[in-house]
Amino acid sequence: MSSANLIRVALGAYLLIFFSYLLGPLVVMSLTAFNSSSFPTVSPWACFSYEWFDVLFNDKHIRDGIYYSIVIGIGTVILSVSMGLAASIVLTQVWPKLRSTYYTMIIAPILIPGVVLGISTLVFWDRAGAFFGATDGSFLYGLFHNGIFLTILGQSSFIASYAMLVFVARLQRFDTDLTEAALDLGATHTQAFRKILLPFMRPAIASASVLAFLASFENYNTTTFTIIDYKTLTTVLAQKVRLGINPSISSLAFIIIVLTIFAALAFEAANRNKEHKLAVKKGKASERKSGILPSFMTGNPAAILLVLLAFVVIVMVGTAQKYSPETCKIEVREAKQIAIQQRIEQLKEARRLKDEAKAATQSDAPAAPTTAAPKNSGAFGNVFAPTNLSDEDDAAPKAAPKDGNGAFGNVFDPNNLNSE
Amino acid sequence: MSSGVAVDLENITIRFGDFTAVRDANVSINGGDFFSFLGPSGCGKTTILRAVSGFLEPSEGRVLIGGNDMAGIGPNKRPTALIFQNLALFPLMKVWENISFSMEVAGASAAERRKRADELLDMIALGGQGDKLPSELSGGQKQRVAIARALCANPDVLLLDEPLSALDLKLRQHMRTELREIQKRVGITFIYITHDQGEALTMSDNVAVMKAGVIDQIDTGHNIYDDPSTPFVASFVGENNVFRGKVKSISGNEAVVTTNRSGDLLSRITPAQVGNLKVGDDAMMFIRPEALELAPTDADSKTTITANVINEEFEGNSFSVFLEGDGGKMIKMSVPNLGQDHISARGENLSLRYDASNAVTMPAGELASE
Repeated sequence: MSSANLIRVALGAYLLIFFSYLLGPLVVMSLTAFNSSSFPTVSPWACFSYEWFDVLFNDKHIRDGIYYSIVIGIGTVILSVSMGLAASIVLTQVWPKLRSTYYTMIIAPILIPGVVLGISTLVFWDRAGAFFGATDGSFLYGLFHNGIFLTILGQSSFIASYAMLVFVARLQRFDTDLTEAALDLGATHTQAFRKILLPFMRPAIASASVLAFLASFENYNTTTFTIIDYKTLTTVLAQKVRLGINPSISSLAFIIIVLTIFAALAFEAANRNKEHKLAVKKGKASERKSGILPSFMTGNPAAILLVLLAFVVIVMVGTAQKYSPETCKIEVREAKQIAIQQRIEQLKEARRLKDEAKAATQSDAPAAPTTAAPKNSGAFGNVFAPTNLSDEDDAAPKAAPKDGNGAFGNVFDPNNLNSE
Repeated sequence: MSSGVAVDLENITIRFGDFTAVRDANVSINGGDFFSFLGPSGCGKTTILRAVSGFLEPSEGRVLIGGNDMAGIGPNKRPTALIFQNLALFPLMKVWENISFSMEVAGASAAERRKRADELLDMIALGGQGDKLPSELSGGQKQRVAIARALCANPDVLLLDEPLSALDLKLRQHMRTELREIQKRVGITFIYITHDQGEALTMSDNVAVMKAGVIDQIDTGHNIYDDPSTPFVASFVGENNVFRGKVKSISGNEAVVTTNRSGDLLSRITPAQVGNLKVGDDAMMFIRPEALELAPTDADSKTTITANVINEEFEGNSFSVFLEGDGGKMIKMSVPNLGQDHISARGENLSLRYDASNAVTMPAGELASE
């Protein structure tokens, strides 16, 4: 093998590891959403099931959480994008000597821990309410102690800085002569801003909005303090983790992943289409024949995979109404029952043999092979079986009641693998 | 078409902190004139333009457009339109939208705007190109769009800030003539900023030559070239040979200068400095390369220079002969190409003569840096 080949193989392996590290958890989590097992797990695969999506959509807390997350997200986008835009424009106008100081001040909220921002938002607006003489029950008091209002303010205080960074990058390429030209041609300052600067900033406003919405949607540190009696998705999830989770969280994650992939695909396809049209207009490319799928989707393995995944999702959504895992679940339950029965039979048999052996002779020679027989049936030679920890002699009688009573319901017991 | 409106600058001084960009400028520009400010970069000519267009207020003095004081009137209220050095076409708007922007902000309907834009596009010979984006046009076309956009605002005064500097040489020469044509057609006042003396001399009715914030001379291109009033103007506009010395005698508007390298030489005192020059003063005498010619043997010694040839260059329509000059500087002589093989040999000692009326003398002063 030549060294070039070796490098290629090594690179391939590295990429494989890298992407498994990156995407593996997402894949596993997505799979758990379809397992009927009541704990998010893949390996003891019970039944293919959509029930967790039902659970998710019927969970009022999660529904409320998503709703408020979206409301707060939209509020934060509006507030932080306008504040960020204003801040970035001021940065270009401010006296040069003041510029670095101003920049540091504006950027500081990014460096302050979200927890601190959350607490200080809460305290500040409470004090502000007291300062304005808002008494309990008045409108102002209600506003300053409203979780949505405070969360939008709290999140915007640092998300505006992110937005500003996006705008500053775009503004650096703005030719201020354009504004002067507009003024010179009779435009008012407002017209110059609306007709010249704003159209120029539009792409930056779009990306800052997406950034702000995502940052708001996934924020926990600040939100947990400012949300008070409302809840967002993140606070609901955090609560659920504390109280024990079920795979409905996985199904939510799956939906988010799928939406992201769809959005990314649509965006990319639209972009390519636009570029292609421009190239056609300039006469640099020929009109596309099929016109349905951009060429990158037919030639790129990753894109093909994504398209396939999208297809699978569509099929799944289509079948979800008709498919019922009940028969499978009953089968699994029956299989479990049978396995338990068998286990009990085995144990009974073992005890009977032991008793017989005891009764027949006082010698312990034949006892060893009979007790060993069921123990070695596990995949790992039963090293994890709880019975290993106890004495050889009374192992068998104790094993039976232990089944299913372990700290984790014996999910790690290799015997479970056999029985299902 | 609107007729031109006069622009007057009265004692304009513009300061930025401790720095004085323009010092006590007095200019009066006739309506309908093509007026140029000529000077090296950093001399304050763009600052003057910005004061006229309203982007900055002069620290002292007044700007009058058509006799009206412009103090406190913003750029969007002044009857001026500025063509920027980089043109500043709006990149996201189509060409016709660019041209009719001034109508858009005034609230004109789209149909009206389109009609006017198409008229102007025809005028600048870009008919049918209105739906393109500025990025799809060539440099010269963008230039013309910028002019059309400024004219669309029906300004009384058009201000041009080195608009040709980004173009290549051929296009620049073509646009000079075109600009002059447009100016004659629309008849409005043009104020033109440039550091290129060729542009200033070919296009302008009047030229103001500026040096470090001070206007040295305002005159026609012809007079600026022939009768420079200061050593700076003499050395900045066109090529010139300088001879330093002391005034020996004065009679009327002629003076004899005892030059450091060529003895006593006779010349005209430049009109602006007649009466300012006295016997014994430090003086500078300037002779243009094309005013020098090979001297016959019986030439008057007061208008004759002798020097050793350093180098000779063939320039197509003429030969440039470089001779040893004053303090390491070279004397340049320009000889028309009438079919000669060469003018001189390297190291040859040449006698050159000139007409006293083609040489000007003025008090010594600062020269333009090269």
